[in-house]
Amino acid sequence: MSTYYASLLAESGILLLGALSVYIILATGQLSLGNGAFMGIGAYLSSYLTVALNVPLTLALVISAIAAGIIGAIVAFPALRLKGIYLAMATVGFGEMVRSFFLNFDAMGGSGGYRGMQHISVGYVWLWAGGVLIAVMLLERSRVWLEMQAVHDDETAAGLIGLNTTVTKIVAFGVGAAVAAISGGLFAHHNVYIEPANFGFDRSIEFVLAVILGGSTVGPGSLVGSLLLVFLPEFLRPIADWRLAAFGTLLIVVLLVRRQGILDRSLIRTLTFRRAAA
Amino acid sequence: MLIQQLVNGLTLGAVYTLLALSFSLVMGILGILNLAIAELFMIGGYLGFTLIQAGFPLPVAVLGGMTGAAMIAIVIEKIGYQPLRDAPLVTPMLSTLGFSIILQNVATNIWGSDPAQLPDEYFGKQYTLGPVNIGEMQLIVLIATVVLVALVAFIVQKTPMGRALRAVAENREVARILGVSADRLTMLAFILSGSLAGVAGVLIALHYGTITPYLGVEIGLKAIAVMVIGGTRQIWGALVAGPLIGIAEVLTVAYGGSQVRDFVVYGFMILILLLRPQGLLGGARSDQGQRV
Amino acid sequence: MSNALLQLTGVTKTFGGIHALSGMVCEVPEGKIVGVIGPNGAGKTTLFNTITGAYRADAGEVKLKGVDVTQWPSYRIVREGIARTFQNIRLFGSMTVWEHLLVAQPHSESAWRRLLPISWANPAAQERAEEVMTFFGLTELRDRPAKSLPYGIQRKVEMARAVTARPKLLLLDEPVAGMNHDEAEEIRELMIRLRDTGLTILLIEHDMNFVMRLCDYLYVLDFGVLIAEGKPEDVRTNPVVLDAYLGKDN
Repeated sequence: MSTYYASLLAESGILLLGALSVYIILATGQLSLGNGAFMGIGAYLSSYLTVALNVPLTLALVISAIAAGIIGAIVAFPALRLKGIYLAMATVGFGEMVRSFFLNFDAMGGSGGYRGMQHISVGYVWLWAGGVLIAVMLLERSRVWLEMQAVHDDETAAGLIGLNTTVTKIVAFGVGAAVAAISGGLFAHHNVYIEPANFGFDRSIEFVLAVILGGSTVGPGSLVGSLLLVFLPEFLRPIADWRLAAFGTLLIVVLLVRRQGILDRSLIRTLTFRRAAA
Repeated sequence: MLIQQLVNGLTLGAVYTLLALSFSLVMGILGILNLAIAELFMIGGYLGFTLIQAGFPLPVAVLGGMTGAAMIAIVIEKIGYQPLRDAPLVTPMLSTLGFSIILQNVATNIWGSDPAQLPDEYFGKQYTLGPVNIGEMQLIVLIATVVLVALVAFIVQKTPMGRALRAVAENREVARILGVSADRLTMLAFILSGSLAGVAGVLIALHYGTITPYLGVEIGLKAIAVMVIGGTRQIWGALVAGPLIGIAEVLTVAYGGSQVRDFVVYGFMILILLLRPQGLLGGARSDQGQRV
Repeated sequence: MSNALLQLTGVTKTFGGIHALSGMVCEVPEGKIVGVIGPNGAGKTTLFNTITGAYRADAGEVKLKGVDVTQWPSYRIVREGIARTFQNIRLFGSMTVWEHLLVAQPHSESAWRRLLPISWANPAAQERAEEVMTFFGLTELRDRPAKSLPYGIQRKVEMARAVTARPKLLLLDEPVAGMNHDEAEEIRELMIRLRDTGLTILLIEHDMNFVMRLCDYLYVLDFGVLIAEGKPEDVRTNPVVLDAYLGKDN
């Protein structure tokens, strides 16, 4: 595979993880527009571990994920009392605060960025991306996921069938943050250079775009969305300057015409049924 | 020195106030966050810029920016909000996000992503009042803000149209029963907020003498913070919080370094969301009070 | 100290200046069907919300089998043995009937098992769901999205969901509202069968005939205050009760 396509593939794997991070949190009815911040935390922390402390990459990723997960859970706690748009605004604010923090964090380069990471292969990226995707798909068939859905559909009713909605929401936030951190760590080591601008509002929006376009009710939807966002511009070469506008338009069209996104449960059933019949 | 900072802060605050007001008009009446307002602000600025560079006088530039922004706002309302008005509030918000992405791309393609500069002679005179230097444009911004806010307040509080807007804000269903056309008023809210954003964009672009396609995101996100801090449903909130944050930001830059200012502004916003979600000027927590 | 399953003493709930509930006192004995009636706005749903912890009582106590649950969060009260249905049916929009019955069950397995696909990890939950589905006659509809079903069936699904966790006390908020006679009869029979399995039921209902034929005891509310109580035949002829109803646009 040419290096160009390999790097596109890696990019989509990294985006897949970011999209999944939003998806997991969205499954409990919380829209986070600040996951770029958790990606940044994962990127900076894992880079520091591998570059300054010579920690092996896989371990560094795990540590960063756990750290981000804890931060995510802590952030989620006060966020519990915010709903819908107010929560979204708070996550935007959080994202900006983290970006601002890294801009001032001169120990790791500040606005000048940080480098020195070892380059990783696209294969390694997809080991993580594919692994997390499979884990999410398994999780979607579990009791825990049903509980998350219940909280998403009707938080009050969920509480009244005995679900501790607080714990559900916080854990989802933490896990989402952890997944975003892995995305960040992989990004850092694939790009071998990171700077705060990589992890701002634009990045958070990119994640949300991938989920909403690809399919916001099923895990593989994030896969569709990330492949779409990375590879569609290849087919749109002639209008390359307008690819962002194209995605903006796609977002509006999806919301108007097929709100759940491209992939949903019934489409999956149709596709798999056909395959079984053939 | 301090007073100079205060004046600069007030000017920045005026921008925030106008933009926060735009956000707040839609948020108060419809409950949604129209993210595209930030880009209407930016495009208004570019339109005004272009007109000034083509030799037209200031009022024409302001009118041009305002009209352009208002027209785009109409399109957004018809395509992005109307069909989705019964969906959970996050959905139309995401739709406005889509428009926001499109608008930024369009601006980048038309005007380029490098900052556009206005030659010095447009900056106008500098007036000196005691220890303070204040530019002509700065003065215009401040005065225009006061006038616009007063205008909006008058429209909302004293005119039948304003009363209808408030009725829809309180209760869409009841308003409809009383014969108020919610759809037409929604369009009105969009036009009003779009126009305001457009004018704000022209003023700010001319004040700073420079503009980029990213102006919307930079200032827009902070204007959202200002809206939250002042109280999302209060006009007066934007009026108070705008200068407050503007001054806080300028002082932070002067005494703390420019990189920390975002941290301070958003930190404050989050604090308000957690401790006093109705904003500084909001009423009691359980009392919704006046929405617009 | 009675053997009442549910006991309310002096329960008061105020909103702004409005006393939605004032000094409510009632008892629900185990294994009985007790009704709460009263004109619209009398505070009946507020009563349910206060019992289940959706509202915190401003004064008074709610006791379940002697345990004071007044200040508990909802999910804890539910786990202690109270379940409810809602006046305006609150089902989960993304779930099938089957999924409703799975998600409502108590956590009988360990935390990590809950992360595994249900078909592998929890046969007991699946058995219970089958049991409940059979009891309510919903088995053929198991994979249908619950919200796409006819209104009467949705009410049954909501009841089935409430019953799945084997509660001690079931609160039913207008379970036959909007139903025709046959549908209401079906629900009435279900309720009697449920009571015969040992479940205690507290119900809010407007349909007087329904209530009279079903309840062992009645509490009558008006403007948040208990104005009468007693056996159905006594309440029916109580002048205070008649006055409350006739004085309203009912």
